[in-house]
Amino acid sequence: MASRKESGVSSSNTLDSPVKQIQIEGLVVLKIIKHYQEEGQGSEVVQGVLLGLVVEDRLEITNCFPFPQHTEEDADFDEVQYQMEMMRSLRHVNIDHLHVGWYQSTFYGSFVSRALLDSQFSYQHAIEESVVLIYDPIKTAQGSLSLKAYRLTPKLMEICKEKDFSAEGLKKAAVGYENMFEEVPIVIKNSHLISVLLWELEEKSTVPSKHELLSLSSSSSHLEKSLQMLMDRVDDMSQDIVKFNTFSRNTSKQQQQKHQYIQRRQQENTQRQSRGEPPLPEEDISKMFKPPQPPPRMDTLLIAGQINTYCQTVKEFTSQNLGKLFMAEALQGHNS
Amino acid sequence: MVAGSAGRCGDRTDRRTATGMGGVSSAGRCGPCPRGGDTFTGPFPSCRFALFLAAAITPFLSNMSVYGPVVKIHPVVVASIVDSYERRNEGASRVIGTLLGTIDKHSVEVTNCFSVPHNESEDEVAVDMEFAKNMYELHRKVSPSEVIIGWYATGYDITEHSVLIHEYYSREAQNPIHLTVDTALQSGKMSVRAYLSAPMGVPGKTVGVMFTPLSVKYVYYDTECIGIELLQKTRTSPSRTNGLTSDLTQVAGSAAQTQEMLSTVLAYIEDVLAGKVTADNSVGRYLMDLVDKVPMIPAEDFETMLNSNINDLLMVTYLTNLTQTQIALNEKLVIM
Repeated sequence: MASRKESGVSSSNTLDSPVKQIQIEGLVVLKIIKHYQEEGQGSEVVQGVLLGLVVEDRLEITNCFPFPQHTEEDADFDEVQYQMEMMRSLRHVNIDHLHVGWYQSTFYGSFVSRALLDSQFSYQHAIEESVVLIYDPIKTAQGSLSLKAYRLTPKLMEICKEKDFSAEGLKKAAVGYENMFEEVPIVIKNSHLISVLLWELEEKSTVPSKHELLSLSSSSSHLEKSLQMLMDRVDDMSQDIVKFNTFSRNTSKQQQQKHQYIQRRQQENTQRQSRGEPPLPEEDISKMFKPPQPPPRMDTLLIAGQINTYCQTVKEFTSQNLGKLFMAEALQGHNS
Repeated sequence: MVAGSAGRCGDRTDRRTATGMGGVSSAGRCGPCPRGGDTFTGPFPSCRFALFLAAAITPFLSNMSVYGPVVKIHPVVVASIVDSYERRNEGASRVIGTLLGTIDKHSVEVTNCFSVPHNESEDEVAVDMEFAKNMYELHRKVSPSEVIIGWYATGYDITEHSVLIHEYYSREAQNPIHLTVDTALQSGKMSVRAYLSAPMGVPGKTVGVMFTPLSVKYVYYDTECIGIELLQKTRTSPSRTNGLTSDLTQVAGSAAQTQEMLSTVLAYIEDVLAGKVTADNSVGRYLMDLVDKVPMIPAEDFETMLNSNINDLLMVTYLTNLTQTQIALNEKLVIM
């Protein structure tokens, strides 16, 4: 049970997008970590731009630079200008200035939102191979680097292009919450000189390697927080479902009313005909019975996607902890 | 601070001592003075005189304490420097750039850096200062707390040009730090050294600049530690790559590491018992602590604890699976 990894996003074997693998340089990883550490403590989300190039079916990310936070005082701050200037300057020092994506930090795994969808869509529309890197600092602090790369599936791209978020549109494209994002496997690659540097660091560094990963607390705040957010989302979801239910009830009621009205009309018409009077004009039924507004389906999809990611992180966490508990049992078994 | 008297250029048989912040002897050699003649004339830099102390001093350094602020470097800075060295223009033998960070009372913490294009030839050096200013402004927008604290150069020695560049940076920051990263591995390994400049010479007649070394330490944030650990793994793989592993494999990796450490300790103990290695009391005390730390829990108590924890985790897994099934169902009913 612990080892079966249910993929809520399509596995890498069935990727039909132009990017099958992402190669990141160690430098980028360090920069992202540093950016969150220094600037991300207050607000929840830090963002930045990824630079690199595309090689065959691999996307290589070779550098990145952070985006300043949005503050209210900086109303005249021009994001585009900042980006342009930064890229121009980086080009002078021979850093790849090709925009290949963006990164964002997340809070306990909650990143499936409308804003992310829109940003990723505009990126992917402009540059076909772009990805969004989601960095989870809290999970990383627990012992293992949590960095995931996502792209929108082609089906979702189509829907966003049409801007058709209604139920029919989604049904047509057959997009479920599992098909929204596809995860691209990441590989870290370092150049030779950086390897030399890593050897140096290992010699010189006196910081003992932390074994956070082996800490046994199952009731850690991480699990609690994740479950809490999961519950909030499920609440949202149920509200959404209630809305949809009322909508469908209204529609069916309206259908009935329409039906009744038509029947009455027909009856009257036959009566009138039998009496020899001209039949009543056929009124425009649709004007009389305005169909109720269907609730937006996109939100449901997003919430479902978010719930899915929460569930996955929770399951990962529990499987790790079960492993640790069994190890502890083995140790105690030895002792006693 | 005392410097030797103005002597004659060209006779270097006497060793001149200059006590600065390091209290070391100089072994610098003065090349032929461009103005000709045998005496030092004019103030620096017109006489193009600079003492190259670094190369001579370092072997003494490991034994003596250095006065001056401690330089704390984050690994992301050195990785950045190595990266810009790899991307240098054709024909450039080294790269320079600005160091950003924060200054404390006794230490200087370097947290960021960016490279600055420059041209260097035999007799002149040109640094694009506009560029440096622009980049600094851009970086300021992201992290307003970082200030210019110095500059870096790749390469082993401190050259004459370094002195000029250092002068420029003294205008931007008080007491700038100069960092050299030996990317060409001249000394057999990539050494990172830091210097402070101090004026020396006879005031009024001949002045020079001495670079006094400072002690360098690497500091990490917690998450940086974990990131670096992951990057270390790429050292061992032949293609210098490493994928990001998934839950249980990480726990297994950590456990394997601990196992390795335990076997090292065991080997040491065996050696001591067999008399091959003399016993060290402090190590023995650490071992006592280690063994004491393993809690002695009676078997039933441990069983109950283990079972309750396992039950919690199983329940959470069950609930998350349930939630996922629910949203899948919901999707089928509502959207499709």
